Amino acid sequence: MIARGPGRAAPYAAILALAALPLVLGDYGATTFARMLAFALAAASLDLLVGTTGLPSLGHGACVGAGAYAAGWIAVHVTRSGPVALGAAIAAGALIALVAGSVAVRARGVFFLMLTLALGEIVEQLAHSWRSVTGGSDGLYGIPAAQLAGIPLAEPRLLAWYVLGGFAAGMAVLGWVTGSPLGAALRGIRDNEARMRALGYPTYRYKLAGFVIAGGIGGLAGGMLAAQQRLVTPADVGFATSVPLLVAVIVGGEATAWGPCAGAAIVVAIRDVLGPSLGGHGALVLGAVFVAVVFAVPGGLSRIGRRVAR
Amino acid sequence: MFAALDVHAISLLNGLAIGSLLFILAVGLSLIFGMMDVLNLAHGVLFLAGAYVAWWLGGPSPSWAGFAAALAVASAGGALSGAGLALLVARLARRSHLDQALLTLGLTLIAADALSAVFGDDVHAINPPPGLGSSVAVLGHAYPVYRLALIGLGAALAAALHAVVDRTQLGALIRATVADREMVAAIGVDERRVKLGVFAAGAALAAIAGVLGAPVYGARPGLDGTVLILALVVVVIGGLGSVRGALIGALVIGQIESLGRAVLADLASFVLFGALAMVLIVRPRGLFGAPTGARS
Repeated sequence: MIARGPGRAAPYAAILALAALPLVLGDYGATTFARMLAFALAAASLDLLVGTTGLPSLGHGACVGAGAYAAGWIAVHVTRSGPVALGAAIAAGALIALVAGSVAVRARGVFFLMLTLALGEIVEQLAHSWRSVTGGSDGLYGIPAAQLAGIPLAEPRLLAWYVLGGFAAGMAVLGWVTGSPLGAALRGIRDNEARMRALGYPTYRYKLAGFVIAGGIGGLAGGMLAAQQRLVTPADVGFATSVPLLVAVIVGGEATAWGPCAGAAIVVAIRDVLGPSLGGHGALVLGAVFVAVVFAVPGGLSRIGRRVAR
Repeated sequence: MFAALDVHAISLLNGLAIGSLLFILAVGLSLIFGMMDVLNLAHGVLFLAGAYVAWWLGGPSPSWAGFAAALAVASAGGALSGAGLALLVARLARRSHLDQALLTLGLTLIAADALSAVFGDDVHAINPPPGLGSSVAVLGHAYPVYRLALIGLGAALAAALHAVVDRTQLGALIRATVADREMVAAIGVDERRVKLGVFAAGAALAAIAGVLGAPVYGARPGLDGTVLILALVVVVIGGLGSVRGALIGALVIGQIESLGRAVLADLASFVLFGALAMVLIVRPRGLFGAPTGARS
């Protein structure tokens, strides 16, 4: 089930190719590229839940948004150092996932869907009401440019490379987890939880571990988003983020290494690049693409490639 | 001390009014899930569509004619959309329940965007129809008549639905389909028509709840998500597929919403999530959910 590239070198080649992209893109292109990378990492971390473990979360925006707020808050109030902010983002995402996951992973199927939906809504409410930290509905603004070794990363291309570094690190962790015994156990739980339990696996703890790892990487993606947007609003936490993330995973193809990333690129392209020229109806197109994929291409777009290759 | 009691009495009434509205919204969601195993994530947007219909036909201060027209249009439109949804979902019947839920989610994205394209992104406040906009004295506090009317309407509807589902032949068929679809089909009843009918009725009730809720919640983008969450919490607490469960869940959540907002304004959503988490840990199928066979 693990979709590895044609060879072990493929991921490195892909990262290198991505690293060359900002050189040919203009400022706007580099900014969009950084946005896609952050969103892609968030989608890939969600896929650890949806595809690998079989837990369809509709509240992943809570972890991503918590990471974004944590990184933004650290940058505004404590230090401008980028890595410190990203570390805080990982911790915040993992913490939210630990608290929420201890309840949510007890449920299965649509019940899990509902609980995580409620989770996203509650964290969004928290972002609205905890004004002293989050700035309420105005959002957390005035986030300074992240600094790496004392160099401020205000220039779009520098920022894109910085985000690419975070993306590569996050993808490496996700790849390592899916290839590890933990990943194998999570796939086992997805396919037959009762049998895994009968084999002696404490499935609750395994699922919680998967939830926390996904939350931490999601938080990292949120921190990268905060560094790129320089503004975090309650919309980055709730439904408005969780749904496009799930759309990205489903459109790209669950339980594939690069499918969710491709899906995320498509979602960002439709919502942020194409959306304004469609009179702000990006969501409409996104919904239509989503319905079409669910209907016509079960398993997502990455399955098409495999079908053609066969 | 009595003043505090009065405030709580008002909050109790508010909770009943919200609970009535939530019942009308959630009972369809609950029956649709119980019958088809489909989590209809488009339920919130049906509510929102109802609220916009109230604004469209009645304006900010609807007349009785406008309000009645809105109710009629919302129930017809809701029933049609529900039947359409049922047909679309039925085409995915062999696929996982997640795919079916995702289909309704995708349709929600489309519908919500279409609604905000037609009606704009402004918040529309809507007054109750004439005569219900005033207040009466309840325990020395002015209390809006419209909310009292909502409580009465909710109670009447709950009684009517209970009578239909519990006492009539149609209700027996619905209960039988919730309990064992294959058996209903095996004894020669076309259960697809039962499903279609329940989906249409549930969707119509959601749109009606939107019209009725317009004077309370108004009509604005994003309202669909808020009410969807509330309805989901209601059916999880009450158990999926049961009218009585939906009623009790709605009353509980109504009280938590109103008391929570009055006493611990900032913590209300945590109280809600806490109640949901507690129920799911103690009774994973909800307080009144039937322990039926394998469902995922």
